[in-house]
Amino acid sequence: MPYTNERQTPEKLSEIAGEIRRDIIRSLVVAKSGHSGGPLGSSDIFAALYFGGVMNYDPNNPWMEGRDRFVLSAGHMCPVLYATLANAGFFPRSELLTLRQFGSRLQGHPGRDMHLPGIETSSGSLGQGLSIAVGMAMADKLVDGNTARVYSLTGDGELQEGSIWEAVMSASHFKLDNFCMIVDNNDCQIDGRIGDVMNVYPLKEKFESFNFHTIEVDGHDLAALVEAFEEAKSVKGKPTCIIAKTYMGRGVSFMEDDYKWHGNPPNPAQAEQALADLDA
Amino acid sequence: MTMNFEKYDSKPTRHGFGEGLVELGEKDERIVVLGGDITGSVMTSMFKDKFPDRFFSIGIAEQNATTIATGLALSGKVPFFASYGAFCALRNADQLRISVCYNEANVKIGGGHSGISVGPDGATHQILEDMAFLRALPHMTLVVPCDYVEARKATVAIGEFDGPAYIRFGRSATPVFTRPETPFVLGKAEVFRPGNDVAIIACGPMVWEALVAAEELSREGIEARVINLHTVKPLDVETVVTAARECGAVVTAEEHQILGGMGSAVAQAIVKNAPVPMEFVGVTDTFGGSGDPDHLMEVFGLTSEYIVKSVRKVVKRKAQESSSIQSITQVGELGEGPENYPKPGEKYPMEELQKAEANYPPEGVPEKSLEPVG
Repeated sequence: MPYTNERQTPEKLSEIAGEIRRDIIRSLVVAKSGHSGGPLGSSDIFAALYFGGVMNYDPNNPWMEGRDRFVLSAGHMCPVLYATLANAGFFPRSELLTLRQFGSRLQGHPGRDMHLPGIETSSGSLGQGLSIAVGMAMADKLVDGNTARVYSLTGDGELQEGSIWEAVMSASHFKLDNFCMIVDNNDCQIDGRIGDVMNVYPLKEKFESFNFHTIEVDGHDLAALVEAFEEAKSVKGKPTCIIAKTYMGRGVSFMEDDYKWHGNPPNPAQAEQALADLDA
Repeated sequence: MTMNFEKYDSKPTRHGFGEGLVELGEKDERIVVLGGDITGSVMTSMFKDKFPDRFFSIGIAEQNATTIATGLALSGKVPFFASYGAFCALRNADQLRISVCYNEANVKIGGGHSGISVGPDGATHQILEDMAFLRALPHMTLVVPCDYVEARKATVAIGEFDGPAYIRFGRSATPVFTRPETPFVLGKAEVFRPGNDVAIIACGPMVWEALVAAEELSREGIEARVINLHTVKPLDVETVVTAARECGAVVTAEEHQILGGMGSAVAQAIVKNAPVPMEFVGVTDTFGGSGDPDHLMEVFGLTSEYIVKSVRKVVKRKAQESSSIQSITQVGELGEGPENYPKPGEKYPMEELQKAEANYPPEGVPEKSLEPVG
């Protein structure tokens, strides 16, 4: 049975995050390609967002008017979004085993042409999702005048794209207090540590200087994550950025905090070890 | 001419690019390389390891990298920037147009993971429109090597002249069928197989497919001239037009949209000088999708099979006048053209998914993906 979007306790959220992580491993091992590190590292964020009573959504009516929306700007991290949506009941979990296959609705990067419930936009060219999310937040707040909220997750390496800061500037300019972005700050990208490839720090000061309400949070503390999302809802007149400090590959011993796991799937033996780690 | 198609090894063209950069770096101290995070994928990591002082990591910022490259070039360096073609041909299009080409800056771009053969990453990463833009840019040189050996030569060649250039290469391993001694001159198309019944003009990995098609056609009594048009711009008009005049029919083949690509360039040269029937093999005005690279090449009609079909059709057109009107993206005869990417639910219908749901999650590690229907 899928989990519902009623607020779960932190203990239950932790259990759901574990199930999301196992689903990520299951889908990646049969896909034989795809990204492990980011999805495992951000599973707690997704558990809090979708099962912490934060977002207003209905898996039986995925395109309902006035819904809250989520945009995965870091499109390559889609295994975690697919696993989350399946656990929320947007589509059967068995479909996770079609990831990246020919004709699957679970494309290697989210493709709106496949009409997968819960996927608001195609994404995968980094930086663009965040601007799309800003446009959605403008439609809700400035045009429709409704109370729907828009969430968008970016990687920290993704912040190197200049268009990110154009999106941030406009979210602030339009005082989009219905807009909440999350930075998955695992400090890893394909080529290495963020500070070695192209330094984006300090983050908090940057977002504050763009007039964002900025919250730093332990991205594996489920109670703190839910609290941060709730705090964001109470902020008026400015958008919120939640900087979630995470570890890439969280929960799988041999992947944790290792940037080499950014873009690789586990092989069957590694998947077995990963599932054992996650069961422990 | 008979080719032994079994005897060739396969290697990705991107390896040729990486080795070419190192060769250039050894010869010319002005060569500098900019990284866009995915240096191991596009093989700029080879240069980074050898010449760390002349490598600069720019991060995931293709527009910035392109304009920084311009600054380096205007200060006397010879910068190469490489990323996936999806992000270093079109995301930075304005930078390429104004900063690089309008300045005639000596900037070289390496577009990796080009075409549909990127495979499971899906449509976002399968660049199929780059050549349409790049060949429209004044001052731009656009080269699409046919194999690993040629990719190395082409990389060195674009590093040795002064002006903007783009080299397009792929991710997958493809047959290595040229030799170090095979002639390669930028801007000069090479006839790889003689023939006078039809000319097949191809670039990139489609040159191999053209050679395979020519062998099959030869068994049907059609002798095809196969031309490796590695330099899409500037176009070797003389070789193209000569082929049209001598063969009387032309088929082009490219791992790119039919609209605006290499075939369009060839068509302009031919229509202007020696109008003959033409057919085009390429992607038919559609996006790609996730899948196995070889399977995608088949589904989207980027194999020798579709070249053969197009040759049969063009040879027929040569012999008789036709009054029918066909879409410019139709490949082969009606009904035998490539398929489109499956619609949602076609391969994995909901009832199949729901049946499978009963056994989810599987015990332990799942062994294979769900079986698609059909």
